[in-house]
Amino acid sequence: MPTPILIAQSITKSFEGVRALKGVSFDLQGGEVHALIGENGAGKSTLIKVMTGAITADSGALVIKGHAVAHNNPSLARSLGVAAIYQQPSLFPHLTVTENIALALEQGDGRRRVDWKARGESARELLARAGALIDPGRLASTLSMPEQQIVEIAKAIGANAKILIMDEPTASLTDREVESLFKVIAELKSQGVGIIYISHRLEEIARIADRITVLRDGEAIATRDARQCDRAQMIQLMVGRAVNSVFPKRDVRRGEVALVLHGVSSRAAGVSNVSLEVRQGEILGIAGLVGSGRTQLAETIFGLTPADSGEILLGGKAVRVSAPADAIRNGIAYVPEDRRKHGVVLEMPISANTSLANLKAVARAGLIDSSEEDELADRFIHQLRIKASSAHATAGTLSGGNQQKVALSRWLATNPKILILDEPTQGVDVGSKSEIHSLMVELAERGMAVIMISSELPEILGMSDRIAVMRNGTVAAILSREESTQSKILSLAFGHTRSEEVA
Amino acid sequence: MKRYSQEISVAIAIAVLAAVLAFAAPSYFSHENLADLFLSNMPVLVVAIGMTLVVLTAEIDVSVGSIFAICGVAAGVIAKAGAPMLVVCLGACAIGAALGALNGALVAYVRIPSIVVTLATMTALRDGLRWATQGAWIADLPPSFQWFGLAQSTYPIAALATAVALVGATAWGLRHLAAGRAIYATGSNAEAARVAGIHTHRLVFLVFLFTGALTGFAAVFNSVRFNQIPSNAGLGLELKVIAAVVVGGTAITGGRGSIAGTVLGVILLGAIGPALTFLGTSAYWEQALQGVVIIAAIVIEALRSRAERRAAGLAAHRV
Repeated sequence: MPTPILIAQSITKSFEGVRALKGVSFDLQGGEVHALIGENGAGKSTLIKVMTGAITADSGALVIKGHAVAHNNPSLARSLGVAAIYQQPSLFPHLTVTENIALALEQGDGRRRVDWKARGESARELLARAGALIDPGRLASTLSMPEQQIVEIAKAIGANAKILIMDEPTASLTDREVESLFKVIAELKSQGVGIIYISHRLEEIARIADRITVLRDGEAIATRDARQCDRAQMIQLMVGRAVNSVFPKRDVRRGEVALVLHGVSSRAAGVSNVSLEVRQGEILGIAGLVGSGRTQLAETIFGLTPADSGEILLGGKAVRVSAPADAIRNGIAYVPEDRRKHGVVLEMPISANTSLANLKAVARAGLIDSSEEDELADRFIHQLRIKASSAHATAGTLSGGNQQKVALSRWLATNPKILILDEPTQGVDVGSKSEIHSLMVELAERGMAVIMISSELPEILGMSDRIAVMRNGTVAAILSREESTQSKILSLAFGHTRSEEVA
Repeated sequence: MKRYSQEISVAIAIAVLAAVLAFAAPSYFSHENLADLFLSNMPVLVVAIGMTLVVLTAEIDVSVGSIFAICGVAAGVIAKAGAPMLVVCLGACAIGAALGALNGALVAYVRIPSIVVTLATMTALRDGLRWATQGAWIADLPPSFQWFGLAQSTYPIAALATAVALVGATAWGLRHLAAGRAIYATGSNAEAARVAGIHTHRLVFLVFLFTGALTGFAAVFNSVRFNQIPSNAGLGLELKVIAAVVVGGTAITGGRGSIAGTVLGVILLGAIGPALTFLGTSAYWEQALQGVVIIAAIVIEALRSRAERRAAGLAAHRV
């Protein structure tokens, strides 16, 4: 075997104490497609960022084209021939294709004169090599998603990239566009370019990859020859982990049906034809890959992107939820994923944050009773063990876990019948995490119907009574707790639909 | 009280100014001068109350000067038609509210940035009024119009009582009403407010409408001070008002500030100009000094919020 053009050895990287990469080794040959696969959060993006110099590894060695790169940075990586194409192309929308390409390739100071004709010609040539006829004079904002991707590839070719990283390049492409992309990849391969290919579409990987490396929990689990690794094996390798954390899940007697979705669709949210039901006392887990429409489904139920067809029944009655206020009035609560953006109001004290969604409870005729409001906040500070000096502490001064608890308080204060939690334990410390889990069980015992969206399979398996697996904006299958396994969920999420695995 | 630090700095600035004046120009505190100062700044204060709400929701309204001019002229026209003063007041407020509603609808429902909307209405309304009046002033007002028909000595007391009532009611409402809470929440984090069930668009619309109504009210109190109503009143009013709001500690990015701060801001900016004349400095320095005060206030505010962010950032990293 010839010397690889890129070698990464025992790369480690931690973020705020969380180890994202635990000694990953990886290598890439010229002229091969090396696929990188793994679950959400397995460490793929982190590894890519180390290679492109977007972040620096804590330890480990990186050798690119024979150069030992001690302190990688984006311009160094680029000069060594590393280029990356992301799922979301990053073109300047108000500049033309030519200008976008030129910006990436041309160097020099501000006094340099621009030869527009040469620019245009080189852009045209690069685009042709990237396999598409795009008028270089068009504005980037007028390009379709695949066209933008082609321009990104042209940029990489123009930069003489020898190592091309493609992160979910086909996520927004149609089948025909995928085919033409594969042709370009084959062409690049024949020119000796090494390609690192990340995708959730396992069938594509089986088609174009030469080798496959599987990442799991920040470790490179295996590197296989693609011809000797079928999709079942890939999934097995990605999952492979035992559920080692202990979850406080207890069996709760399920009550009446609390929420029924009947063929619910929302074009704006990309949610189509979702049917499911949740009972009182039940925890329904929603699993799926990032982008499978989990959050969008929650937002549809909550009225942020109202459903445009289908039926939502609450306690057996059909309701119209066209704004969050409707949802709140009907006893639905939603703790969003991004607590800084949608959750707590950082400038407000804990007390005001707690009462925000249910001011009626602490107000009479619109007049807020501050002592009652403080009491409410104090009750939750005590119950959820929020670490804060008092109810008057500003939410922005709290830690992430405590902010999440404040966000939870706000929704528990509305006395919901249905509680939707989107990634409730993402980015919170281990202690708060298990407290939040215990709380979920407690709420279910009190008869609340809980819907939990999570990217963490052990959490999904450990906490849910039933699991809805989403794919492409709809529910692919609903599994019972007993029949659920990590590989079943993953293969459903990835689009594996062997009949015996569908509930 | 860290929360009120900006208000406290402004109060200190006012105290220093007062001390200097008490020593160097005691005549500044004559009854006539103070009454005069108050009467000329009272309309600014009333508009600034509304502007505080607008800025708290992270919007801005630069059209208040033009609305002010239209409402002043309208008040004169209504009064000349023989309507009682109550009707004059209500009429001016209604016209102001309608114009504010126009701004609010374009901002909240058509989703055009408020600076663009109100710049457009500022120009359009100003020129519309110029065209309608042909630049003529409203004269021959009925005797019941000037000073509301009150004696020149009792009018300031009535005006003061009105101002205190408005300030008190708005400040109280902002603190104790659910609507006030909604304003702060929307200005701090509109997305979070929406998720919490607040109708943020309706709220922004209503805040613009309210500000328009207050501007109409202020215009009446401005007009009754003279025996003619100019058709070009309120030129530059928006700048004075926004400056007072910002100097008073309301964050231009929304979500933080108070009516008390705005009152102090109006007092400081209103007092500082005439003070120059009393101290024997050329009045030409007035605007420059006001500019300095505004810059000082903004710099202090920026430094403070940066320190706060840093503290919050540290806390967030402690996860």
